[in-house]
Amino acid sequence: MQGYSDVNKLKKYVSFFRLRFVMGLQYRTAAFAGIATQFAWGFMEITVFHAFNNTDPAAFPMGFGQLASYVWMQQAFLALFMTWFMENEIFDSIMDGNICYELCRPIDIYDMWFARSVANRSSRALLRCVPILLVAFLLPEPYGMMLPKDFNAFGCFLISTMLAMTVTISMCMLVYMLSFFTVSPQGLRLIFSMTAEILQGIVIPIPFFPPRVRQILELLPFASMENVPLRIYSGHISGGEAAKAMLLQIFWILVLIAIGKLICRRAMKKVTVQGG
Amino acid sequence: MMKSIPRKKPFKTPAVRLYFHYISIQIRCMMQYKKSFILTTLGQFLASFNAFVGIYFMFRRFHSIAGYTYSDVLLCFSLISMEFSLAECAARGFDRFSHLVRQGTFDRIMTRPRNEILQVLGNNFELTRLGRTVQAIIIFFYGISQADIDWSFMKVITVVITILCGAAVFSGIFLINAALCFFTLEGLEVVNIFTDGARQYGEYPIDVYGKRMVKFCTFIIPYALVQLYPVKYLTGRSDSLLYALIPLAALLFLLPCYALWRYGVRKYKSSGS
Repeated sequence: MQGYSDVNKLKKYVSFFRLRFVMGLQYRTAAFAGIATQFAWGFMEITVFHAFNNTDPAAFPMGFGQLASYVWMQQAFLALFMTWFMENEIFDSIMDGNICYELCRPIDIYDMWFARSVANRSSRALLRCVPILLVAFLLPEPYGMMLPKDFNAFGCFLISTMLAMTVTISMCMLVYMLSFFTVSPQGLRLIFSMTAEILQGIVIPIPFFPPRVRQILELLPFASMENVPLRIYSGHISGGEAAKAMLLQIFWILVLIAIGKLICRRAMKKVTVQGG
Repeated sequence: MMKSIPRKKPFKTPAVRLYFHYISIQIRCMMQYKKSFILTTLGQFLASFNAFVGIYFMFRRFHSIAGYTYSDVLLCFSLISMEFSLAECAARGFDRFSHLVRQGTFDRIMTRPRNEILQVLGNNFELTRLGRTVQAIIIFFYGISQADIDWSFMKVITVVITILCGAAVFSGIFLINAALCFFTLEGLEVVNIFTDGARQYGEYPIDVYGKRMVKFCTFIIPYALVQLYPVKYLTGRSDSLLYALIPLAALLFLLPCYALWRYGVRKYKSSGS
């Protein structure tokens, strides 16, 4: 009986996932506009780094091709790793009281929102990554993107991308859960995503920080997001180093989910539904 | 004691006073959520602080970019962020314009006998952008003190008009973004390239991005007029008085922006409920 209900439970999340995924694929025009924006962004980013590289190539901490791949991958999979990409619907439901309908359902709210975030992020990323990557591969030097070094590196990249997305979502889940304790979560959300932006390596990739700072950053959960898969793809880290980084990702996933569930349980005990 | 104003003809409050009245309402409204206000302001502060940290670490590694030093880049960065945050404080109301159109709130605005732009801006003043402005002012004085500028009266004038005209250029883009909502009902994500993108990549002198970019930013959207050329004058790379006063020419950019807005208002068909 237990086994049956477990399968049933899983089915629920899978269907949630499917529903969200199909919904995400509906917004094609928005996706095209987004793709154009991301191209401009990636192009400007690479131009700046190119100018720095021309000034002093010896000080450049990675190959320029590696950097170009890093930037394009970052743009292609933006939806997977950006912490500011959170769902307004969830925040709204906490603020206006619609949350009570969700609480009525016989599903764990943490798991449900988790499944929903996975679906939202992956549908968006899948839709956007194909055109961006296609063009990025065709671009001439130094803007173009490289293929991964070998099949092994590509496999590691795929696995660590999944892990990185999971780390990102479990981080965002913390913010959702903490929103139960504030009236308006916008400030909390902004501070969180700004902290993540610099520590995650979006402003400048982590290898560009001075060695001392970099050593500390690489241990933080923020570095377990986009930093690991993008550097594995470009071949900047490989072998034992890559394995270590992926183990650290798994460690942070376990810790973050544990904390998230804990806060969730506290929040559910004292949740006050606002609005009417 | 305040003198009461005689009301003979139908009385019309001056636009400026009406605008500040709108703002005071918004501020009082925001002060009801103090904790959230402080957190958001702090967040805005962090947002532009991140950009500064990025530049700082890049220059610790590379020391210069395309012939520009750390202090030159700081000057560009501080000019652009001052321009942007001033424009944002005043004109970011256009950012949420798509909501006004979609929900039909713009109809209500049109029935009132006052200028539409005034009302749109007054309804959406964002004090939380103060965080970014404070940051911009700090960086500005830091950048100015780091840059070795031979100050003269003319250079002070150049700084002032650069900031004001730059704010006007960014406001023009916000206005275009809002005007486009008349036709698309949605804000266009592409416009972000010219607002947030310009702020982010305007940290570096525009000629870093190549000749074609300089041409685009001189003749199409005049960012170069409020960044590259005055910076060349300020840092002594050029003595030409043309470079000192060229930011004023950027004001011409407002004409097509305003024309597009007027066209949009005339074409406006109500939507929403």
